[in-house]
Amino acid sequence: MTDNHESEEHASDTSIENKKRRRFLTGITAGFGAIGGGFAVTPFVLSMSPSERAKNAGAPVEYDYSRIQEGQMIKVEWRGKPVVLLKRSADMIAGLEKIESNLADPDSLVSLQPSYAQNQARADSNKPNLLVMLGVCTHLGCSPVEKLALGPDPEMGEDSQGGFFCPCHGSKFDLSGRVYKNVPATSNMEIPPYKYEGDLIKIGEDEGRLA
Amino acid sequence: MAIHRHDNHVSANAFMEWIDRRLPVTKVWNEHLAEYWAAKNLNFWYFFGSLSLLVLVIQILTGIFLTMHYKPDAALAFASVEYIMRDVPWGWLVRYLHSTGASAFFVVVYLHMFRGVIYGSHREPRELVWLIGCVIFVALMAEAFMGYLLPWGNMSYWGAQVIISLFEVIPFVGPELTEWIRGDFVISDSTLNRFFAFHVILLPLILIVLVFLHLVALHQVGSNNPDGIDIFENVDENGKPLDGVGFHPYYVVKDLVGVCGFLIVYLGVVFFAPDLGGILLEKDNFAPANSLQTPPDIVPLWYFTPYYSILRASTESLLFVFAIGSGLGGIAAMVFTKYDIKIKIAIALVAAAFVFIFLNSSGKAWGVILMGSALVCFFLLPWLDRSPVLSIRYRSMPFKIALAIFLVAFFVLGYLGMNSPTPMRTLVAQICTVIYFAFFALMPWFTSIGETKPVPDRVTYDEH
Repeated sequence: MTDNHESEEHASDTSIENKKRRRFLTGITAGFGAIGGGFAVTPFVLSMSPSERAKNAGAPVEYDYSRIQEGQMIKVEWRGKPVVLLKRSADMIAGLEKIESNLADPDSLVSLQPSYAQNQARADSNKPNLLVMLGVCTHLGCSPVEKLALGPDPEMGEDSQGGFFCPCHGSKFDLSGRVYKNVPATSNMEIPPYKYEGDLIKIGEDEGRLA
Repeated sequence: MAIHRHDNHVSANAFMEWIDRRLPVTKVWNEHLAEYWAAKNLNFWYFFGSLSLLVLVIQILTGIFLTMHYKPDAALAFASVEYIMRDVPWGWLVRYLHSTGASAFFVVVYLHMFRGVIYGSHREPRELVWLIGCVIFVALMAEAFMGYLLPWGNMSYWGAQVIISLFEVIPFVGPELTEWIRGDFVISDSTLNRFFAFHVILLPLILIVLVFLHLVALHQVGSNNPDGIDIFENVDENGKPLDGVGFHPYYVVKDLVGVCGFLIVYLGVVFFAPDLGGILLEKDNFAPANSLQTPPDIVPLWYFTPYYSILRASTESLLFVFAIGSGLGGIAAMVFTKYDIKIKIAIALVAAAFVFIFLNSSGKAWGVILMGSALVCFFLLPWLDRSPVLSIRYRSMPFKIALAIFLVAFFVLGYLGMNSPTPMRTLVAQICTVIYFAFFALMPWFTSIGETKPVPDRVTYDEH
């Protein structure tokens, strides 16, 4: 009997002890289960990242720019995105100066471009009138419509000197792809790396040149 | 031997007795249909809940048949939709039922939500019914958005481009996150393929689970009524509300009338105007996706346009207005309230911080934040609404006026979102955006002022 009595007392002691142990073991098990769950989810999450095939599709493209007439714009595809090639006339270049006070980032300080295109024309200084630019609005990635005529335009405004108008959200850019003030986009359109090889322009590769 | 029998539902016959011991068919039937008591004065506004369920079923059924012919492949998708339209027997009908059904879904869900607002169905004790409903609304938007990419038309392509780019404004992880969502550096075959998986598997499952929870939560607290009063305050000796009738057969039959009315309108559109002049099927989507050419007027489908307008309206000048608004709000809280001085200083600091943030940040990130906030506002409604009565029948005049102004702003935003932006339209959209947010921000104030009418003890009901 005394044995029994003693063991009962023990039982209440050990049951508290047991509860603590059980809680600890439950916690440890749940914790390791969660870590295991995290590992199990990882391959599924990573399977949604760009595949090797998608990563390899970024080769540079070439175009014979001598075929472009003055004032003419064409688009070529590079990495699935439209690249604008625009040979600007002297009037178009002259217009860049006139609307500079309307621009948000006229000196391209917060915008993306190679160093050789960080100027008013946003182009290689050897061929300043040829604009090579990703035709992708910096707001939400639409392709802005070209407005090549100088002068009043219903969407570009009264004092327009030509430019690009994004039909999605009304962002406006000048003929250098520089963004206007007070529109949804806040930086100039991106200039991709490029270089000239004779009559060809190679978009997507500049061999790290700075000028 | 039945172990748990907490209920006294009587099985109809020996067969049902056998079933009920193994599966609680009679119990569920009674608790959720035959003896689910709903107020006897529910009006036509109460059609839209069951109609949402009907449209969900239509979408799932037509969707199953569309997947039998559709190819989720960037090279084949557009042609496979045209194949469904031209060569698959009755394919045109299945597809038009599905495309019109998407718009019908939003029509009935918007009306269902509006019913909740005017009769106070979001208020205590139905907050969770409302919150789950809001999650359904967001899931439905995701479902519709992903479905819209599948035809691989040019508007599909550029619509997806715009919406996925929204995530780019998230600090630090934005660009990587968008690449992860697209599975590529541009919208491509991988994007189409995964949107197909989400549209036909993941989101329908989520929607079905959420709809189930929505109904469980509703049946826990009971349906509201146009008087916004609790029918369980007047019950007979069996605990049945005096003003209640069983959902089956009374509301099953009544909802069938609603179904007839709905089908007349829905099938009318399906047969006679499946594109509804470019509103349900946009003309730019009849051309295949072209990654070099954004459509001249890129607009989302009509049900997204109010939020799209808010996104577009977010420029520096709107942020300037918001800065002034938060400044004035801070001053008003300092001058016109009776809070403790410490709380007043805290409010003033928060207001000053908002003024600073609005004046020093870009419109691009705020467009996304405002568009998201426009949806978050709906989640907060049960706690923003402080009116002592639930139903619009007994509410004060300030609430009715505010609701009317909000509705006008919401429709104007919707209209503007369907059209290309001009400076004038952007200005109007900005004014309406301010009204939209002011409606929610000022709701605790205008719902607590003005005189409400006395609420009856029993529901308003004319014998007929």
